[in-house]
Order: sequence, then structure tokens, then C-alpha cells
Amino acid sequence: MADRHLEPDTPELRARWGGFAWTKDNAAKAKEIVARYPAGRQRSAVMPLLDLAQRQVGTETNTQGWLPIPVMEFIARELDMPIIRVVEVASFYTMYNLVPVGRFHVQVCGTTPCMLRGSDDILAACKSRGMAKGHTSDDGLWTLTEVECMGNCASAPMVQINDDNYEDLTAERLDTVLDALAAGKAPKAGTQEPGRHTVEPSGGPTTLKEMVKANHDYRKEW
Amino acid sequence: MLADKDRIFTNVYGYQPWNLKAAQARGDWDDTKAILARGRDAIIEEVKASGLRGRGGAGFPTGLKWSFMPKESKDGRPSFLVINADESEPGSCKDREIIRHDPHKLIEGALVAGFAMGARAAYIYIRGEYIREAEVLFAAVQEAYDAGLIGKNACKSGYDFDVFVHRGAGAYICGEETAMIESIEGKKGQPRLKPPFPAGAGLYGCPTTVNNVESIAVAPTIMRRGAAWFAGFGRENNKGTKLFQISGHVEKPCVVEEAMSIPFSELIEKHCGGIRGGKDNLLAVIPGGSSVPLVPAAEIWDAPMDFDGLRAVGSGLGTAAVIVMDKSTDIVRAISRLSYFYKHESCGQCTPCREGTGWMWRVMERLRTGDADVSEIDMLWDVTKQVEGHTICALGDAAAWPIQGLIRHFRPELERRIAENVREAAE
Repeated sequence: MADRHLEPDTPELRARWGGFAWTKDNAAKAKEIVARYPAGRQRSAVMPLLDLAQRQVGTETNTQGWLPIPVMEFIARELDMPIIRVVEVASFYTMYNLVPVGRFHVQVCGTTPCMLRGSDDILAACKSRGMAKGHTSDDGLWTLTEVECMGNCASAPMVQINDDNYEDLTAERLDTVLDALAAGKAPKAGTQEPGRHTVEPSGGPTTLKEMVKANHDYRKEW
Repeated sequence: MLADKDRIFTNVYGYQPWNLKAAQARGDWDDTKAILARGRDAIIEEVKASGLRGRGGAGFPTGLKWSFMPKESKDGRPSFLVINADESEPGSCKDREIIRHDPHKLIEGALVAGFAMGARAAYIYIRGEYIREAEVLFAAVQEAYDAGLIGKNACKSGYDFDVFVHRGAGAYICGEETAMIESIEGKKGQPRLKPPFPAGAGLYGCPTTVNNVESIAVAPTIMRRGAAWFAGFGRENNKGTKLFQISGHVEKPCVVEEAMSIPFSELIEKHCGGIRGGKDNLLAVIPGGSSVPLVPAAEIWDAPMDFDGLRAVGSGLGTAAVIVMDKSTDIVRAISRLSYFYKHESCGQCTPCREGTGWMWRVMERLRTGDADVSEIDMLWDVTKQVEGHTICALGDAAAWPIQGLIRHFRPELERRIAENVREAAE
């Protein structure tokens, strides 16, 4: 199991987050989310609502966002479920941040397929910029986490930073991405290998070559 | 090599848009009403005849699974289809390509499969880390609703069918079908004891079938081209086409759709530019995602990449996630890292797995550096056997098998490291 702990419940925390409520947009989104599940099964919405709340906290704090206890209590009230059931879910699933994180959450995949393609270099590059696993840098910009397989194995190694993946990395390519993010720019997501589109063999596909230029309909050849 | 016209996922690389208009131009949603008009039994029989086996790892016959669902609801409970898009097995990256580049194949498949099993709705459970992929899926589902393809009177068939997307939040275990059901119900993803099986009491206590994304997404094409076409690829009992995902030490890692039973060597040389450093530089291959035992170079080279062919070399097809390791690999570390993965992802419910995965990882780390006694290799083997088969779900087995594969094939390497460590300590 993953090692996880909650941010302590302090008066300061209550003062800051005790009044948490949805923004107007998120209130509408939350309503739409609950409607995806059968009547009386609103508890099913706990995962998407925790995600929504984490994002709202992120917007308010200019970080990736996290889940203070008062925010979990808010979700529990919204869904009419005991707070402990919300905490159970929030602490079980690793994408819920239980403690504050930085502006950019740099999640380096270190599982074997990425390891074979050089994720050690990627982690080393992060560390050489002053990041440390499980910590947020002093400027509040970076939080570094080593994560388990992210499902980008054919374009490894990779990092996920907030909502975007950067694949086919080298230490230099990662530096370019991080520099751009630090400068407030939006670097191109996806593969960083020049000339590669997605997960075709580098240098061009060995199959389905007609598809590169046009939306080919293969049914004519059936 | 499989001809392009026989590939199902023609937009797998995403050179063309994923949207409904482009998907329809490629043949998706083409008179789906006519497929449904053939009737529930006819669809299930066609899928059975195609020989399609589940693409999520276990390889259970898909048509047979669908036939377990109740023909009609005697007590008013609805039935559900749950689509497993929680692709988290290390090495696996195929469902991601289907979802972000060909989502309409999946949504159309959901309707066809859901109709065949009499389901009221489908929940697509997509792993939380697939953030952009989920955005595409939400948008594609909305497109399908707006075009009347799903929802009330789907495709004007008279059948009402909803499709919902549920995002996970980073737990490998939710790929296990009952853990997935728990997760959709808003709980921790801890697997349930079976029986009752999901086909009897699954999501919200209702009859449920859980299928992998690829199993569902190929269904409409099978219906259009016929079972005989699909069964024309691969060996007996291993039919069809399959998305292979090749990672690790090949010149060009990629995802590619090929016929089942393609020899390993052909897959690697045709699509991946060969092994890094040449054929002789190959050390071992994990042919089906992290859960299956590794296969040494000599045994894998000519093996047919299918369920039976890989079982014959002591491994399995799994999700067809081929992790290639050349001779520069620290093989003990590569497997130890997988042990860490299982330790991290154990849900904590069953003691043999919760305690065993951590124990096995710690011993693996000592074996990596040689800081161990030779007798501990046998002890580790014994412990893997104590974990395997003694847990509610297969995560315990999955944690045990890679280690067993390592000991089976690389015991001399483990002993060499121990001997070297002893020698260095003596000096």
C-alpha cells in the first residue's frame, strides 16, 4: 500500500477552508455529475466531486490543488454520506493530494518500462533542479513524485505534469519543458521526439500509411 | 503481415480526428440499427463464433461472458455493462490509443454489447491519469448523444441505452472487476469475494458484465465483417487481431495491431526496428504486461504471440504488453521494481498480499545487491507460493509470478550476486 497521511486538522486549516463551497460553475458541474448515477446512489459521485473540489482548491491557491479535511466534510454533506467514507476514498486513491502541493506536480513514472528507457535520468534531472521526492520546492513551483506506470510505455520515459503528459523524454528535453512551464508558457504535450506523432514507430508508421495524409476509408478494400 | 484493410483500429496513431464525422467516414456507426435488428442472440452467437477472447488479460471468451447475463429481469433489476478502461498494467498502453484516437469504436461497441446482454447502461471506467483521454471520451459520448446514436431510442432501434464515463483516481487494483464495481459505487477499490459473480449481483447489486475496452471496441467490426473474417486470423483457440504494445529495449517502441499468433521475432523486426543492439543482445522478454513471468531470449524468439503459445513457454499473453530487455538490463532490478509496484498497489485487504508484497520487495532489493543468503532464494520462492492463490483477487498472483519467473530462469545470476557480495565483504 502507498504511504499516505492527512494534513493535520488545525484551527488555521478550519479558518482557511471551513467556508469552502462550490463556485457557480462548479455547482452546475457537480449537479451534472451526480445525475450520472441512479437516484439514491449519489455516493457514486464522491470520486468525481473530490476531483472537482481538488481542482477548485487548485485554482484558489494557484497550485495543482489538494483536499483539506473541511473540503472533504463539504463533499460528505453534499452527498449525504459519513465523512469517514469520504476520507477513506480520498486516502485510498493516490491522485487525491492529501497535503498541499506546488504549482506544478511533476510526476515521474519510474516503473520498469520507463526505467528500461531511462527514467533514472529523468529523476536525476529533476533532482539536479532542486526537486526532492515528496517535497515542494521553496519557490512553490514544483512538487516531485515518483509514480507507478502511467500507461505511456511505448513512448517512455514520461512525466505527467498536472493535466499533461510529456513523453519520449531525455534529461535535456525535460529541462526544456520545465523551463517553459516556469516561464509561464505552455509547452507542447505528448511526445517530445522530433518527427514522432504519437505511438507509431519513430520515423513513421509501418502500417496504415494512407492514414497519415487523409482519412482513408478501408471499407472499399474489404 | 496483417493487411491494412483488415485492421480494426485504423486511426490508432491519431493522424486523423477522433470526432464523429471523421469516425463515420472511416465506417463507424454505419447502420448500427441493422446490427441491433439481428437480435440479441444472433449478436452473441456471432461474437462466440468469432473466437474473440477477452483482451484485458484473462482471455475469457467474450461471447460466452455476455451469455451469462439474464435474458430478462425477473425482479425489475436493470443490468449494466461496465467497460474496463483502467489500463494500469505496466507495459500496457493500447486502450489509451483507442480512447483518444478512436473513441467512437468503443461507444458503438458499448451499444452493441449492451444491447446483446440487455444492459440498461454502460459505465466506462477510465483510469484517472488518462486526463486528456477522458476529455476526449466525454466529448465523444456527448457527440453520440447529440446525434441520437445513444440515449433514448438509440440509433432509432427502439432501444434505450445510456453511456456514462467514470474517472478513476490512481489505483491499479480498480482494474479488477469487482474492485471496479466498488469504485463506481463510491468506495475504496477493494475486490469482492466471488460468488456472487457480477453477472448475478454486480454494480448496485444488479447483473453486470465487465469487459475490457479492446474487447468491446472490436465488436461492431466483427458484426459487420462476420465471425469468419475475424476467426481467419490466428491459430485455433487464439483468433483475431490484437493491439500489441512493445516497450523497452527495441529500436522503435510502438503500439501496432497485428494478427494473433504472430511470431515474436516478426513483431519485433517488422514494426520495432529489431532489438537494440541486434538479436544477440536480447536478454529476456515480459510478453504480456508486468504480471506474467519473463521468458528468456532463446525461448521467446520463435514463440507465437498468443494465449497458448506463451503459456507453452511458461508465461502468458496478458494484455499483449511486450516489455523487451536487452543484455544491458539489471534483470534483478527490473523485476524488483515490479515488486515495488505491487507493494504500492496492494489494496491492503488480504494479509498474504498486503504483507507479502512488501516482504517480497524487500527481499528482492537485497537480492539485487547480493546482500542475502543463498537459502533465501528458496525461501522467497516458498513465500511467492504462499501468496499465490491465497488472496481474494489475482493481485497476489500477479506479484508472485514475475519473481517466480526470475528465479526459474535467472537463479545463477542471483547466486552470482550473493557470492560476489560475500567475496567483497571478505576482502
